[in-house]
Amino acid sequence: MPYFQEFTLETEPSDTVLDALIRIRESVDESLTLRCSCRGAICGSCGMRINGHAALACKTKLVSLESSDALVQVEPMNNMPVIKDLVTDMGGFWDKIRHVQPWLQPTGPTPDAEYLASPESMNHLTGVMGCIMCGACVSDCAALEVDHQFLGPAALAKSYRFVADPRDGASASRLLDLNKPNGMWDCTRCMECIEVCPKGVGAMDRIMTLRAKGIGQGVPSTCGSRHAEVFADLIEQKGRLDEPMLAMRTFGLGNIGHILSFLPMTLRALVRGKLPKSGPLHRAIPGIDRIRRLFRYMRNST
Amino acid sequence: MTTPYTFDVLVLGAGLAGMRAALAAHEGGAKVAILTKVHPVLSHSNAAQGGINAALTDRGDKWEDHAYDTVKGSDYLGDQDAIEILAEEAGKDILALEHMGVIFNRNDEGRLGTRRFGGQKRARTFFVSDFTGQAMLHVLYEQLMKANLPVFEEWFATSVVRDDDGRCAGVVAFEIRYGKFAFIKAKAVIIAAGGLGRVFEPSTNAMICTGDGMAIAYRAGAPLMDMEMVQYHPTTLKGKGLLITEAARGEGAYLVNSEGERFMERYAPNMMELASRDVVSRAEQIEINEGRGINGCVLLDCRHLGKRLIQDRLGQIFEEAKSFANIDLTEEPIPIRPGMHYSMGGIKTDVDGRSWDIQGNWEGVQGLFAAGETACLSLHGGNRLGANSLLDTVVFGRRAGSCSAAYAQSVHTPRVSDSISDQDRTMVQDLLRRPPQADTVAAIRLDLGTTMNHHLGVFRDQEGMQAAQNILPGLRDRWGRVAIHDKGQVFNTSLVRALELGMMLDCAETIVFGAITRKESRGAHFRTDFIQRDDENWLKHILIYRNPDGRPRPDYLPVRITQWEPQVRVY
Repeated sequence: MPYFQEFTLETEPSDTVLDALIRIRESVDESLTLRCSCRGAICGSCGMRINGHAALACKTKLVSLESSDALVQVEPMNNMPVIKDLVTDMGGFWDKIRHVQPWLQPTGPTPDAEYLASPESMNHLTGVMGCIMCGACVSDCAALEVDHQFLGPAALAKSYRFVADPRDGASASRLLDLNKPNGMWDCTRCMECIEVCPKGVGAMDRIMTLRAKGIGQGVPSTCGSRHAEVFADLIEQKGRLDEPMLAMRTFGLGNIGHILSFLPMTLRALVRGKLPKSGPLHRAIPGIDRIRRLFRYMRNST
Repeated sequence: MTTPYTFDVLVLGAGLAGMRAALAAHEGGAKVAILTKVHPVLSHSNAAQGGINAALTDRGDKWEDHAYDTVKGSDYLGDQDAIEILAEEAGKDILALEHMGVIFNRNDEGRLGTRRFGGQKRARTFFVSDFTGQAMLHVLYEQLMKANLPVFEEWFATSVVRDDDGRCAGVVAFEIRYGKFAFIKAKAVIIAAGGLGRVFEPSTNAMICTGDGMAIAYRAGAPLMDMEMVQYHPTTLKGKGLLITEAARGEGAYLVNSEGERFMERYAPNMMELASRDVVSRAEQIEINEGRGINGCVLLDCRHLGKRLIQDRLGQIFEEAKSFANIDLTEEPIPIRPGMHYSMGGIKTDVDGRSWDIQGNWEGVQGLFAAGETACLSLHGGNRLGANSLLDTVVFGRRAGSCSAAYAQSVHTPRVSDSISDQDRTMVQDLLRRPPQADTVAAIRLDLGTTMNHHLGVFRDQEGMQAAQNILPGLRDRWGRVAIHDKGQVFNTSLVRALELGMMLDCAETIVFGAITRKESRGAHFRTDFIQRDDENWLKHILIYRNPDGRPRPDYLPVRITQWEPQVRVY
């Protein structure tokens, strides 16, 4: 059974969590096991959970950690099996990366010189190329915790890197693949991946862009894409989120069986006073015209 | 029982050189596998920040100019036939990388953009922001996934195996996760296991850079060369020694002493901050030694570059300075100092990565190849130019891979019994059984590193180097006795660190031996007791073989000169 062990040591203000762990390893318990290498937030080896959130130990200063009793809790990353102490099995992580066929798939003949592409279309990709595959986003992904099949933020960000690359010729098939269950629509937008990423990759933002690109390219509609479209439509029509209608239209008004399956939950919500007072279906809010004007403005400006 | 692992070509190391070699051997029709002690994308190639050099003719550049800058940078110790290949084939390899998917920075015409780098007259350094190595490493790993090549991930190689005819027959290694040994048979082994940075403390190098590849090749009988040539990078952070890229100076940053003077004016009036690294590191050390430093550092001033440029092109070091030195590069200069960075020396190879072949006769170990920082052609001679190391990995990784595939077709599968791994297995078991004691691997590593940094640094002399040579046997004795407290089989990193220390000690011995032998100053090897370069006696390489008794034995090789006779080196 996993257990916590406490170590006490003197620290310097400049110390990182990695410095402290190495000091424990060198002077208290040599068997303390972790991956670490570059010490400079470049290699991505030392991903672990620190006080409950994934981070690179080498980039986390001890003084930056808010804890009243100066106790720092380190754990192995979540959403992956533990091998020993702070070392996790990254095999599943890489299987998902491999699933998105993470290599450039250009079409047409290879040019004699480099591919021509504007700096605007290319240079921004360095943001997502900055991903060092440390696993922090996957560790703290809320969707993965309940659905291990979800591709997860790292693989989706990796896929984005090719979908958004003007040299890649496979973005249509990539988006079709991501449109399937466990793909881009399974992100619950909890933002944890953005919060914990040590390199500012912004995986969730990339996933949202993938979704928009998917809809733009007309991938077959899914619950996920309908949810986005119905969400916007309802806001335009009513000026507020009509959750019951959102659910019904997302699953399809014709899908009676699925809608009926919500009944027990609806009844439980009713009993606990969690149904909106306005009743199950909302009317438009006063001043809806102004909201619709916003929508018109958005449409005209894009 | 025979090993289930039999390959034509086995590559040790999955950094840029290793992966490039594996892909080339695969394209050459060989059955290839890679063995690496860390996952490929965690390799130290990640840390290369600034870029990769190539003289592209369609930009009005000439490969001969790049070659000349490299020869001059090497302080005329580089072998010019190898340097010509490096410079001439650079363009082809840069384009191959771009076609594979590397997102090089683009200029307004949509073509690949360049920046300036040290020791070179022209801007010919292609780059991906300031994480070029990482960007290349990830793309090569993408290609490896595409080719679906087998990777022995988190395996540690303990020996290169030779058959009864002395040919390379594979390696003995153990899987770190399970502690299980295996003999991995291969007709050819390419060692691309990176550098030896951790032999010095501090160093810019990652903790995995422990000279394993050089050490196991040396133990197997392959000669090492130019081991005395250790590069100190001019801009490293105090403390851990983290690297601040040369690209900062390439983009225009200044070096300033405590009096606010751009002191490089006095040392390199033409190239200033962009003189070659050995020159800049010496200048900084003189400023510091003569009292014009600030707490053992000088200052790197990026402020005038502007926020926009710093964030676009130097984003990683901007973050690094903030995280590790608590400094905003856009607001204040950052204290830096010279720090150990790169080993010009390594396993002596020819231009096809062979260890090493003279007209069909292997003078090293037949079937053994090397590429990247582990290898020494010699390309970099006494001093490597910035952004030539990435180029080295792809050009000579590719060549070693192709040559090894052809070689593998020409020979039979070696016949070696699987019991060959028993010796290393027993060695590890004995290591784990040692009785507990107070000394630790970490303590010995630290003593080794500080000794080397103290006596084999920017300035060297006989007395200091002799002191280091006298200290090393004591460290080796301690290593021979030190106990490992973790007795487990699973992911025993204490064991790995102990084995690494053995490799580091071998490397250290050859560095000190080479440095004491070379009685002149050339490139990074600057002796205060022999301050002149001495072309008459020392325009030659020092090869080091390991005698049966374990002691180093020197041999010499003339420098290969094609078009550039040695001249006085002024920047």
